[in-house]
Amino acid sequence: MNALYSMLMEQGALPPCRCTVSFVSMIRLTKINKSYRIGQHALHVLRDVDLHIKAGEMVSIMGSSGSGKSTLLNILGILDQYDSGDYYLDETPIRALSERKAAMYRNRFIGFVFQSFNLLPFKNALENVAVPLYYQGVSRRKRNRIATSYLDRVGLADWAEHLPSEMSGGQKQRVAIARALVARPRVILADEPTGALDSETSYQIMQILEEVNQSGITVVVVTHEHDIAERTHRIIRLHDGRVQTGDPVPVRQ
Amino acid sequence: MFNLDRWLEIFDTLLRHKLRTALTALSVAWGILMLVILLGAGTGLQKRVEYNFRDDAVNSIWMSPGRTSKPFEGHAIGRDIRFTNEDYDYIKNHIDGVEYITGRYNLWNNLVVTYGTKKSSFDVRSSHPDHKYLENTIMLRGRFLNDLDLEERRKVAAIGLPVAKFLFGDEEPMGKWIHINGIAYQVVGMFEDSGGEGEMRKIYVPIATAQMAYGAGERIHQLMFTVGNASVDESKRIENEVRDLLAKRHHFSPDDKRALRLRNNVENFREVSTIFDGIRLFVWIVGFMTIVAGIVGVSNIMLIAVKERTREIGIRKAMGATPGEIVGQIVQEAVFITAVAGYMGLLAGVVLLELVSRYVPENDFIRDPQVDMRVAVSATVLLVLAGALAGFFPAWRAARVDPVVALRDE
Ligand SMILES: Nc1ncnc2c1ncn2[C@@H]1O[C@H](COP(=O)(O)OP(=O)(O)O)[C@@H](O)[C@H]1O
Ligand SMILES: [Mg+2]
Repeated sequence: MNALYSMLMEQGALPPCRCTVSFVSMIRLTKINKSYRIGQHALHVLRDVDLHIKAGEMVSIMGSSGSGKSTLLNILGILDQYDSGDYYLDETPIRALSERKAAMYRNRFIGFVFQSFNLLPFKNALENVAVPLYYQGVSRRKRNRIATSYLDRVGLADWAEHLPSEMSGGQKQRVAIARALVARPRVILADEPTGALDSETSYQIMQILEEVNQSGITVVVVTHEHDIAERTHRIIRLHDGRVQTGDPVPVRQ
Repeated sequence: MFNLDRWLEIFDTLLRHKLRTALTALSVAWGILMLVILLGAGTGLQKRVEYNFRDDAVNSIWMSPGRTSKPFEGHAIGRDIRFTNEDYDYIKNHIDGVEYITGRYNLWNNLVVTYGTKKSSFDVRSSHPDHKYLENTIMLRGRFLNDLDLEERRKVAAIGLPVAKFLFGDEEPMGKWIHINGIAYQVVGMFEDSGGEGEMRKIYVPIATAQMAYGAGERIHQLMFTVGNASVDESKRIENEVRDLLAKRHHFSPDDKRALRLRNNVENFREVSTIFDGIRLFVWIVGFMTIVAGIVGVSNIMLIAVKERTREIGIRKAMGATPGEIVGQIVQEAVFITAVAGYMGLLAGVVLLELVSRYVPENDFIRDPQVDMRVAVSATVLLVLAGALAGFFPAWRAARVDPVVALRDE
């Protein structure tokens, strides 16, 4: 059913969903477990996590520090492995992927936004935004053209030539968002994107993420700030590696 | 597989990490430069040694008679010893292992030599036919002296190339008659000599002719012979036999170093080449260590460079780079930088050696230092390979881990 939907959408037969949550599952986790080995002990970070995020949704994951939010998001972003359970991304099982397949998903399907930006320090804003396109084999000229338009979209067209060290935290995060968007992914995963920013700048970043979501991209934001979480459709609470049941109540509408 | 974009990415990365790039380049270039200089010095030394022995056959033994310094069989000291044709015959016929033998009867130095209106003075030597083997004489035209010349006491001469040039210019010298202190000799050969200009400004005439023409009777000034490919021990055996023979014939003590002055080139050459072999071994060992040091240096820098880039690798992987792309880029960078730097070192070394051989005056230590390009290029290739491998393994390891692991690295 999902394949059919995608096909129809790509052919323009269906309008891209604008903020209305579709019936199509984008992320589905069942009984995901993950533990870290510390010496002889195992630290059980995620315990039987079940999660269902539909295409076009904008959800936030909340929880206290150390509750496993980043671990969960990294697994969703295929940046990390999980021990057991099932993970379906767009109805495709994500398990024991080859490096090539994993790279392909990270490149074309997922856009990741980090709390610490993770820009390449020796590349300017434009070049940083263009990195995912480089790994798609897009020509230099076309890369720069597309990257420029995304920089423009986050309001940084004038900062194209600047190195990350010459920019403020908010600007760096906007560059990172442009980079996450440039390959036109289906999902944006943002790990405390406003964690290092003041509230004014945080709202600007959330504004951008909301616009991204309105263009049809599924957005998952990890945060521990209530005012940030409240700007999403739904809050998922993590506590000691378990998803808190009982309040999957939509925040808005 | 040429990928312009990949190259641009590599130049960009190299340019934006100037210190890292410069350090790698320097360690490679320096290693190769040192190696080239070392190998150059080695060959320079060898050439100098060979140059010292270029004149005379290295398997020869040379003898001149002297004056007795020890009493012997009732003879007082201070007696002059003189070689004669009979000594020549005895050695030739009775000593085992003598290969080519010749005597020399020296005419006065700088005799006046004329041809037509041309007139100059040259050294004239008289000798046996085998002389050409002892002096490394190379015939360009005609022939050297032969047995018949001696038997018939012919008035024939073999002349050096500069002599022929001076006397004859463009004219054909063969068969022409020249005058040496008024006596006419027919030119039968023209030669050059690896001993250089000095050994070529000479004229050779048959020893028998000279002895007769200049009233020397049977006298010979010098005797010398080669010993084939005899070992040092064998040459010593021959040397002792000849010494005993001459001592007996001329009644002097075989231990009397003054009565018979003898030079054994086999032994001398062996000594010098032993020293040289030692030096060559030293050069190779130091060269080898230089390369090993270079490899260790390059590997270290690569290791650090990859470590430094762990986070970059994590970011690139999160953006969708495959391990192959990451490793490919790092290895290509390593190969490029080491190859360029190695080439620079090679070039600098060769230019330096060229300058030395061109501008450093003739000396006793080194002559025309040059490097065996095959060795130098192999060393460069080795360093490039080392750089590639040293880049490959840590990059491969770093590129295989999950992005979170690389990103966690600070
Ligand atoms: N690589 C690791 N090795 C060991 N423990 C880890 C590692 N990464 C995270 N942890 C631990 O797992 C728990 C959850 O971490 P994390 O997912 O980063 O939490 P959050 O993002 O919610 O603050 C924490 O207790 C943390 O210390
Ligand atoms: Mg976290």
